[in-house]
Amino acid sequence: MKLTLDIWRQKGASDAGRFETYTVEANEHMSFLEMLDVLNQELIGSGKEPVAFDSDCREGICGMCGFVVNGVPHGPVDNTTICQTHMRHFHDGERLRLEPWRAAAFPVLKDLVVDRSAFDRIIQAGGFISVRTGSAVDSNAMLVEKNKSDRAMTNAACIGCGACVASCPNAAAALFTGAKIAHLGLLPQGQPERTDRALNMVAQMGKEGFGHCTTIGECEANCPAHIKLEAIAQMNGDFLRAVFAKREESAGGGAG
Amino acid sequence: MSLNSRIPSGPLDQKWSTAKKEMKLVNPANKRKHTVIVVGTGLAGASASASLGEMGYNVLSFAFQDSPRRAHSIAAQGGINAAKNYQNDGDSVYRLFYDTIKGGDFRAREANVYRLAEISANIIDQCTAQGVPFAREYGGTLANRSFGGAQVSRTFYARGQTGQQLLLGAYSALSKQIAVGTVKQFSRTEMLELIVVDGRARGIVTRDLVSGKIQSHLADAVVLATGGYGNAFYLSTNAKGSNATAAWRAHRKGAFFANPCYTQIHPTCIPKSGDYQSKLTLMSESLRNDGRIWVPKKKGDTRSPDQIPEAERDYYLERVYPSYGNLAPRDVSSRQAKYRCDEGLGVGPSGLGVYLDFSEAIGRLGQKVIAERYGNLFDMYEKITGENPYQVPMRIYPAVHYAMGGLWVDYELMSNLPGLFVLGEANFSDHGANRLGASALMQGLGDGYFVAPYTVSNYLAQGGRVKVDAGAAAVKDAEKEATGRAEKLLAVKGKRTVDSFHRELGNVMWENVGMARSAESLNKALKRIPEIRDEFWKNVSVPGTGAELNQELEKAGRVADFLEFAELLAWDALQRNESCGGHFRVEYQTPDGEALRNDADYAYVAAWEWKGEGKRQELNKEPLVFENIHLATRSYK
Repeated sequence: MKLTLDIWRQKGASDAGRFETYTVEANEHMSFLEMLDVLNQELIGSGKEPVAFDSDCREGICGMCGFVVNGVPHGPVDNTTICQTHMRHFHDGERLRLEPWRAAAFPVLKDLVVDRSAFDRIIQAGGFISVRTGSAVDSNAMLVEKNKSDRAMTNAACIGCGACVASCPNAAAALFTGAKIAHLGLLPQGQPERTDRALNMVAQMGKEGFGHCTTIGECEANCPAHIKLEAIAQMNGDFLRAVFAKREESAGGGAG
Repeated sequence: MSLNSRIPSGPLDQKWSTAKKEMKLVNPANKRKHTVIVVGTGLAGASASASLGEMGYNVLSFAFQDSPRRAHSIAAQGGINAAKNYQNDGDSVYRLFYDTIKGGDFRAREANVYRLAEISANIIDQCTAQGVPFAREYGGTLANRSFGGAQVSRTFYARGQTGQQLLLGAYSALSKQIAVGTVKQFSRTEMLELIVVDGRARGIVTRDLVSGKIQSHLADAVVLATGGYGNAFYLSTNAKGSNATAAWRAHRKGAFFANPCYTQIHPTCIPKSGDYQSKLTLMSESLRNDGRIWVPKKKGDTRSPDQIPEAERDYYLERVYPSYGNLAPRDVSSRQAKYRCDEGLGVGPSGLGVYLDFSEAIGRLGQKVIAERYGNLFDMYEKITGENPYQVPMRIYPAVHYAMGGLWVDYELMSNLPGLFVLGEANFSDHGANRLGASALMQGLGDGYFVAPYTVSNYLAQGGRVKVDAGAAAVKDAEKEATGRAEKLLAVKGKRTVDSFHRELGNVMWENVGMARSAESLNKALKRIPEIRDEFWKNVSVPGTGAELNQELEKAGRVADFLEFAELLAWDALQRNESCGGHFRVEYQTPDGEALRNDADYAYVAAWEWKGEGKRQELNKEPLVFENIHLATRSYK
């Protein structure tokens, strides 16, 4: 099949970008990224600069790949990373527009490559359980209800690709942050730090320049890890409880 | 040179406690005065950085990906072994130790493997405490499943995403230390050189992959946790970025490279579909708990699998290995798949495939149970192949997966270069000639959480290091080497792409140094690899400049190193005149096609020493002494 690609080209973070048009011959067994590999080999062969895009595992789990195809993050196949999208979902003669994630908190570094370090900083703000190496008790000394453990796993499956932010008209990181808060908050191990976790992670989201969630739901529709909106509800619940808990704490402290 | 493995004396089950008892400690106030570099943020690297940071050391952590959470440990699917005996099925530390030594075809170091089995239970506890959502029973306790090469259920798992969950656990611990400032993270930063001063590892030279800036980082110790070299074969289950550059650069600076010929070919991967293919995808070994592997009994049987009656199918693993059946170890299972395809019984368009069939398990347990156990793997299979494995059997074929070989380390995981520690897949020490399933996660985390924090401290406490100045000759020379190589690659301005060379090398390796090796095929590879390397340096085309984000330049540096490393791999395979584990020399096999070891002549670790450009490495032997177990012919029948 022959495809026409309009691809966002941008030399560096401070350069202006523009779309450039290319044609490429693909077949239905290729993955989308293999199709781009073919294009890049041709570009190098004709003395042009290849298109920069991130990818690593190409199995849909590392979260490194991701760009927008015809307005949809990770392309047209529901809940699937672009590396796991195969060309049998496209047809001969199709025209595709490829551009990077668009969000103020994810600056473009080059072509389709963006800087997602804001996600790392949100995790650093509280997406962990503090337990020193070697200080853990026997795993079966702490029983966890299977249903809760399974729900924690569902939220822990987030791959951190950023498609939720790219899908959201507000460029909110609520699904990403909510998934981590829900994962740890559903487990008994996560309870001691639950209040601070919600306050600190939510505050960090704001500092990074992500927008507010208005429950549009585009994030859930595009999430390759099937994270559900209920993660955001959990985050909002934890945040509200945390705000009140902190007020009580400081009132108590003041009275003493 | 003589190799001192520093294995503590005394009985096997007391060696690690003896070692810990004798180790020197660094006083808490002095810890922050020591800087430790950790390269890599996979299970081994992230867990080491987090633990060392928590202890109070000043840690510098490096990843070439955009975040420490991306390292390829994340793609491990099936599980992690531990001798918890939660199933009350007779497991013990000794049994895990024995299974691992036997699984490795008696080519691993007893003391290291025993320690790994001893600390395995602590790993599970640590991860659970971090919030890793391991699968659980209805009563709230942890669940287990079975993996190859064991007759007990000791594998802990989180759906088919165990590596992801363990890595995110280690990443969260690392993130906590980054927040408190004991770890400084450098992402999109690749190590290009090791800095050696007075014979000790004292730093690294890196390239910032966004700005292109070459920079030195100095430290009191350097920890490499940089993964394996499977991508020397181009197509493998490794991530696109997985590479051997850090290990190879350390080797060229004096670190010995051990047993490079031990490469694991995983039996259950999705077969290759065309020449444009960029990687191969693994289907977890855990699928063999419920899937049955078969081929048609008749050559050229083109009927669809559901039209082939039971009597005309050969469930060859169950036939050849009745006691382990579909859970025979990886090397053995891969070889049997190859034999069937060589006999012309392979399935699929290329004839390079066998069926992995779940119909019997779905009939017995229902589709819901199978979906709960393997849902994400079935989805992944369908996304890649367009076929629904609930309805038609999967087609699978072996592919390069894991490197048992790696940089030589002693019992304390330190290489022959003092101050250079090597953890996880990057070292050679625990898996012998074949790794058992669910043991890589165990080793990566064991090394990082429970071994390196002790042994790195022990090294730092012994002192003896001079202060290194940023302007020292060794530092400047290493920077010049890194800059010079990038400039040289950019200056070739040839006609062929980096990928075309990598693919060509991969073909030579797979055809001649793959599942079956012979003196003839190895000599062919040894002739061809230097020719490809010569052409690479005359005709490679690397567009762009060094002062920008340049993915072709990144790949070019890695492929240049693979082109040197691959020759050592083939040479090591040619020198090892026996078959063991993943190293199968066709000249050395039993009448029924199993690996034929030669313990009298080859029960040693081959540790190769760099002797300079264009020269063969020199062989140093570390004899493998088995004090506790009797070397036996490995049988899974």
